Amino acid sequence: MGSDTRKRTAGAFDVRLVIALLTGVYGAVITVLGIGFVSDEDLAKAGGMNINLIAGIGMLAFTALFLLWVKLRPLRVPAPEDEQEDDESSSAE
Amino acid sequence: MTVLAQDLRLDANAIDYVLLAFYFALVLGIGYLARKQVSSSLDFFLSGRSLPAWVTGLAFVAANLGAIEVMGMSANGAQYGLPTVHYFWVGAIPAMLFLAIVMMPFYYGSKVRSVPEFMLRRFGKPAHLVNGVSFAAAQILIAGANLFLLASVVNLLLGWPLWLSIVLAAVIVLAYTALGGLSAAIYNEVLQFFVIVAALLPLTLVGLHEVGGWEGLVDKVANGPGGEEQLSSWPGNQLTGFGDNFLSVLGLVFGLGFVLSFGYWTTNFVEVQRAMASKSMSAAQRTPIIGAFPKMLVPFIVIIPGMIAGVSVTELSGENKAALMAGEAAPSGATFNDALLLLMRDLLPNGMLGIAIAGLLASFMAGMAANLSAFNTVFTYDIWQAYIKKDRPDQYYLRAGRVVTACATILAIGTAFIASTYSNLMDYLQQLFSFFNAPLFATFILGMFWKRMTPTAGWTGLVTGTGAAIGVFLLAETGVWDLPGQGASFIGAGAAFVVDIVVSVVVTMMTKPKPEAQLVGLVYSLTPKEKLKRSTVGEDAGWYRNPGLLAGIVLVLTIVLNIFF
Repeated sequence: MGSDTRKRTAGAFDVRLVIALLTGVYGAVITVLGIGFVSDEDLAKAGGMNINLIAGIGMLAFTALFLLWVKLRPLRVPAPEDEQEDDESSSAE
Repeated sequence: MTVLAQDLRLDANAIDYVLLAFYFALVLGIGYLARKQVSSSLDFFLSGRSLPAWVTGLAFVAANLGAIEVMGMSANGAQYGLPTVHYFWVGAIPAMLFLAIVMMPFYYGSKVRSVPEFMLRRFGKPAHLVNGVSFAAAQILIAGANLFLLASVVNLLLGWPLWLSIVLAAVIVLAYTALGGLSAAIYNEVLQFFVIVAALLPLTLVGLHEVGGWEGLVDKVANGPGGEEQLSSWPGNQLTGFGDNFLSVLGLVFGLGFVLSFGYWTTNFVEVQRAMASKSMSAAQRTPIIGAFPKMLVPFIVIIPGMIAGVSVTELSGENKAALMAGEAAPSGATFNDALLLLMRDLLPNGMLGIAIAGLLASFMAGMAANLSAFNTVFTYDIWQAYIKKDRPDQYYLRAGRVVTACATILAIGTAFIASTYSNLMDYLQQLFSFFNAPLFATFILGMFWKRMTPTAGWTGLVTGTGAAIGVFLLAETGVWDLPGQGASFIGAGAAFVVDIVVSVVVTMMTKPKPEAQLVGLVYSLTPKEKLKRSTVGEDAGWYRNPGLLAGIVLVLTIVLNIFF
């Protein structure tokens, strides 16, 4: 995402990738925690719900959707008239 | 937040810290990447007017989803229950739609760079200066309050000393806003939005699971102090402090729904700036509307956790809640402000806990970064460039913007220590909004639709309107006029609005208006319709990009939500 930022178009690097990176890493870490490192104490805290696992899977699913969006509607950079596509569906969350 | 630090200390372990650190690394990374794109002052202050609507739309909401919103609204949820949704569905959505449909064409179409600059073109220098200075001062005060809340949560949660938390938080926010300007602030707001959702949505789900689902929550709230009334949004008597149903509804609709919220959302540059940064008129109009969709849903992940805390957290439920609602200290020593923190402590395991902390800190930084980026624009363009150092090359103002950001951060550290002396920060800030935004909105709306309104009327209306709001505040503070609940700021805003209108009309009758030729693009009746049009081709084509239609969808959904709850 850093390669085309030298062009004089603010907003050229794709913030969607940064968001996907964050939720992807968070999702992966807590999914692993949810599968492998749940103590009974943790479970009791949340009333028997393995929230790390559930939220982790949720975040990974979200990451996949975001990456799909980046893939389907890639950022088109330079020409001033012809910048990136945008789409309302992203704001539904 | 008066609970003993011991009780609130979250059991964060190494993994939580790693998750937190990862978030901060990304925040600074965005600042660094955004810096590469800043080559002129317009890039720095308005992101070169180039951002897509979904980015500015989410930033629009995230800029407002700061400490006050998250902590304050979950506290309100614990205290008042569902009527708190009025702050979103009555107190924000209609105003956001109004901004998009009616006012944005003037803001974006006239190519002004800030709200005070619009005042300059419409009313001339005195009104410009009054607005610029009061806005800048308010931003520094609010930034300090945000910074203080941020630091006090770090202090409570992680045990770092208050001064260290304040300075550290300030340095991080400064680093990315000074480097990347508005783009960095906006991209980070988008990121923050997702972290906040990632933090609060699971918390809400676990909380609901814990109390036995929605049914269980309804049961427990109805049987607790406050009773059934907390489960339906109208008429919201507990929230307004009015005994009478009719007055309460009136207060909500006129005070909160009309004056306070329209004033806040339509004239507050912190918000408007985000829409101004978008790449076309159509995108600028869509910004607040796209923001309205998440705004509609935010109460479910902010207010509901508050309500859950009010029935499930030992320190806040039962007799503690009853005592707090009666205005006394709870036997446990907790306050409603602690609702979210206590719920996190009770429910979340390590891992999710780290993400939740990151979400909270993100929301507090969002508020402060928004204040800083609005402040540096107004200060540089509307005070420094307009009155102190005129006609320098653009690079000079770009550098000035960075220096101003740094100075503002230092000032905010100062006001953070002032803010730390107030016991109820939320009320204080709400009052501040009623002082500045309610009269500003009155002047704006009159000035946009009444071409005769004179420059003198512009600034006298502002000054007397603010005076009226301060007057109501003083009467309520000294107990001359007994206004419990949030009624005082609703009435103060109403008074400011009415006084501003009356004074403006009277003064206009006695002074000379501006020539009509100078008001083209600024006043509705003098602006050719084509100038207000947005393009409907290319990037702006398609029914799903039509602001009017989108606004209609939002309105229908909001009404449906009001009927259901």
